[in-house]
Order: sequence, then structure tokens, then C-alpha cells
Amino acid sequence: MTDESGEKVVIVGAGPAGIRAAEVLVQAGIRPVVIDEGLKGGGQIYRRSPEGFTRSPKQLYGSEAHKAVALHSLFDRMVAVGAIDYHPQSSVLSTAGNLLQALTPAGRQDFTYSRLILATGAMDRLAPVPGWQSPGVYSLGATQIALKAQGIALGGQTVLAGSGPLLTLIATQLLKAGANIAAVLDTSSSRNQVSGLPGMLARPTLVLRGILMRSKLGRLYHAGVTLERIETDERGPVAMHWRDARGKSRVASCDVVGLGWHLRAETQLAGLAGCSFDYDESWLQWLPRTDRMGRAGERLYLAGDGLRILGADGAEVTGRLAAIACLADMGWPFPDARPDLRRLERLERFARAMARAFPWPRDIVRAVPDETVVCRCEGVTAGQLRESVVYGGAEANRVKSLARVGMGRCQGRFCQLASVELIAEKAGLKVCDAGRLREQAPVRPLPIGDWVREA
Amino acid sequence: MTSGLQSARPAGRIRRLAEKGRPQVRFRLDGVDCKALSGDTVLTAVLVSAPAVRQSEFGPEKRAGFCLMGACQDCWLWQEDGRRLRACSTLIAEGMQLRTAPPEIWP
Repeated sequence: MTDESGEKVVIVGAGPAGIRAAEVLVQAGIRPVVIDEGLKGGGQIYRRSPEGFTRSPKQLYGSEAHKAVALHSLFDRMVAVGAIDYHPQSSVLSTAGNLLQALTPAGRQDFTYSRLILATGAMDRLAPVPGWQSPGVYSLGATQIALKAQGIALGGQTVLAGSGPLLTLIATQLLKAGANIAAVLDTSSSRNQVSGLPGMLARPTLVLRGILMRSKLGRLYHAGVTLERIETDERGPVAMHWRDARGKSRVASCDVVGLGWHLRAETQLAGLAGCSFDYDESWLQWLPRTDRMGRAGERLYLAGDGLRILGADGAEVTGRLAAIACLADMGWPFPDARPDLRRLERLERFARAMARAFPWPRDIVRAVPDETVVCRCEGVTAGQLRESVVYGGAEANRVKSLARVGMGRCQGRFCQLASVELIAEKAGLKVCDAGRLREQAPVRPLPIGDWVREA
Repeated sequence: MTSGLQSARPAGRIRRLAEKGRPQVRFRLDGVDCKALSGDTVLTAVLVSAPAVRQSEFGPEKRAGFCLMGACQDCWLWQEDGRRLRACSTLIAEGMQLRTAPPEIWP
């Protein structure tokens, strides 16, 4: 809706960042458009079950229940009184100029904006493990979504592997819910984890909570492992083969595997909107270039994990900051940003230390055997990728054109970071010089009939 | 074309841990009657009865979803009328007719 000033603010995403951004704008007297893919507001971290589910917020969100409830009720209130123009189950697929093109339950819909706040969140950061293309191998986040939003385990015997705070958290949640866990395999060494501790003490309660959860996992948890392969049959995983910190070969029987190494920012729309990116040496991924408030360009603001991987609390902070920047740039009265900027500093110190404690497994990725599938979408192997570097050049977009890594349906979301590691290793480059995939619209595939019918 | 997904045992891959008291929903998968619970996603509903949602077009393996948040596009399957849907972000509905392989006349 356009107000008398002619400003129309659109927020993409209704997770913690999008909800807090909307709140600040609503309080200032603006009625923003909020476009979100979910059935209900809350985002991934505070995702809600569909109608008819009965578990309490405490059961679903544990120690974070009060934050989830606060955000859900704030959002539902804003929707109920018409303070925001809310479009659920709607995916923004493209943006150019001042136009957003979305697929909504009613078909294709165009939205114009004068200012755009992108709060598109993050997804699991994946590294290829031989056998990971098998059915029954999921992202770590998927195992948590299954439990939270559906009340299910994705198999009878689970191996969770990767690194990051989610690994321990999800293992604890699954155990508590009655799932069988065969092993929790962390590729980060105990030494790495200790090296992150000083910085992580910026949030001592979280550290303590993590240590308590870890202790509940007992002998299921192993640090400093190397993942060798997922043994599979036609139906899916049979066992995870791994080596422990001392190099001893181990096998864990399972019928489902959850894999993930912390998070990767979802930045496709930011890229299409004209944002610049830098390779960040803490988070070891490409992140959008903004000022401290989240300004990414003319009338473009970013917030949440799509800006920096700070987690849910950080998303609330950066959501408010983006909206404050937006108000300031419009020449409207705006709330004091200083308390949130101070919080941001502490949260960022913590998050960078966490990234150091649970790093992306660069060495494991670079050493994957040639026959390992790197691109799950189209089954492109590490060998095919390495070969294309030799004949085609050491750059991510060239490798995409020639070997099709990043060309599949996920549009590089799950292979891009592994791909640049392999390119860099093969060509003796630094990862930041191996290129970043250019994003392409539509940022998700869509049934062509849904698009042309409404055109 | 009939899919062999139904014959594997035990049929499904999923274990229900909570929220088991929801009303039942009936749907068909590859022509076979199946049951799910109201509020299940299509992915949950299918994986209760079958180990996968489709055959990979690029490799020998089947696929059963991967990210469950609409990012990976691993879980698209077919309906009898030829339309496709993303199983993780669609709720199951009474009478849905789903297929793990394209209908014979497709597109």
C-alpha cells in the first residue's frame, strides 16, 4: 500500500528479521507489504506446525519458546489489525528495477516498491560426502523441520554429521522426542572448538547451554572426525563410514543421515537486486556488502541470516536496524539505533567465534574422491568438475557452464561452496579468487503453467 | 507405468514421534490407496507409505527430499493430471492422486 508520502516498503521474509522490521515500520505509521513463503509467519527457526498440531511452544522451541511466542503473537496481531499487507505461501522469484515478481497461491503477482527490505534467511551449508545423493540423506535442518513441523523422524536410526551449533541441538531434540541416534559426528576438532571459546563467551548462557546439551549426548558425540562415505543400498543409507580423531576407522549403522555445516546465507534476491558481495574469511562464504545498518544499495536493505549468519537473536536486531535505516533515508522520524548497534557488536563477536569453533571442512571437501557427486541435482562428480577446470578455466561460472555444477534445480545453493573449494584446490587459487555464481531469475523453479497463465 | 516403490519393505521411511492423534486423510500414490494425517506435508504423507518420491533423472538412485524448506527442489512429484508439486511445501489433501513417475502421457 502506498501512503501519502508515496513510499511503498516491501519486506521479503517473515522470520525474526522480517517481523521485527515490519514492527518498526508499523510503529512509525507505515503499512509494509510482507511476502513470505511459509504457511504462517515465524521463519525456519520459529517455524510453526500446520493447524491441528498440539505440542506447546515449550516442547517445540525449548529455551527459546518465549522468543518464538513473542514473535508469533506480534506478527499475528499485525496481520489481524491490517497493519501489514501480508502475502503468505508466496515466493518472490525475480526482481528488477522497482518490481518484484512473485508466485502466490492465486498465481503470479507483481509488486512494486520504493524501498525493499530483504530478510531471506539462510539454509544448511552442505559439503559433499560420497553417497550423499542417496534417498534418506537429508540436510541437518531438514531433520529438525521434520521434528518441529511434522512430529516425525525421517528414519528409524539416525546419524547426524557435520559441524556447528545445530548439530548438538538437533541431536538433543531428536533424542528427547524418542528418536534413535546412532552417532553424532562433528568434523570440528576439540582444539578448534576450544579456540572459539573466548569469543563465544560474549554470550555465556548459550555456551553453558551448549555444553550441557553436549554432555547429554555422552558417548554418541565424537569431535574431530573425518567422514569417509555413506554406504547405501537401493533404499538408502545403511551405514556411515568415518574415522575418529585418532584416525581409527569406524562404522555406524543407520537408515537416515542428516548432514550440515552451520548455515549459508540465502542471497539470490540480494544479488539480483544489485548487491555487491565479499568473500568473508570468518564464515567462509560470500556475503553481501552493506553498512552497519544493513544498507546494501539505493533503497535496498538487508537483514537477518541473509546478511550475516548471526542466528535468530541477531536477526531480530538486524531486522530492526534495516527498518530504522529505511525510515531515516525516507526522512521520517526514527527510533534510536544505538542499543541495537551495541547488541549487534556482541552478537557478531560471538558468531565469528562460533564460525571459528565449527569451521567449514575445507580439507575434507578438497580431498573428496573423483567419483563423489558434488552436484546432487544433476549428479556431476568431483572428477568431472576438476577436469572442467583443466580445459575450461578456474572460475565458478565457467565450471557451471561447462560441467553444469550450479546449473541444476537448486541453482547452486548446495554445491556452490564445495565447487569453489575444488576449483581453488585444482588451480592453486585462493577461494575468493575462484569466483561467485551469478544468480539467475527465477530464483526457484516454478511450474511454467502457473507463470504464463497469469501473464 | 507402474513404479516399484510400493514393493519395498517396510513400506515407508518415516517414524511418527508425536502429534499422532490428527484426523486421517486418504490419498492415492501410484494408483494405490494410502493414508496420512491431516496436516502432513505431501512429503511426510508419501514417505509414510514409500521410501522415495521419485527417480533421479541423472543417476541410478531414487530421491526422497533433502532440505524440507523449499530450497533444494529434490521432492517435486507428479499428480495424475500431469501437474507437478513440491512435496515439502504442500499439505496433503483428501483425494489427492500422486505419482512418483510422470503420467504416461506427459507433458
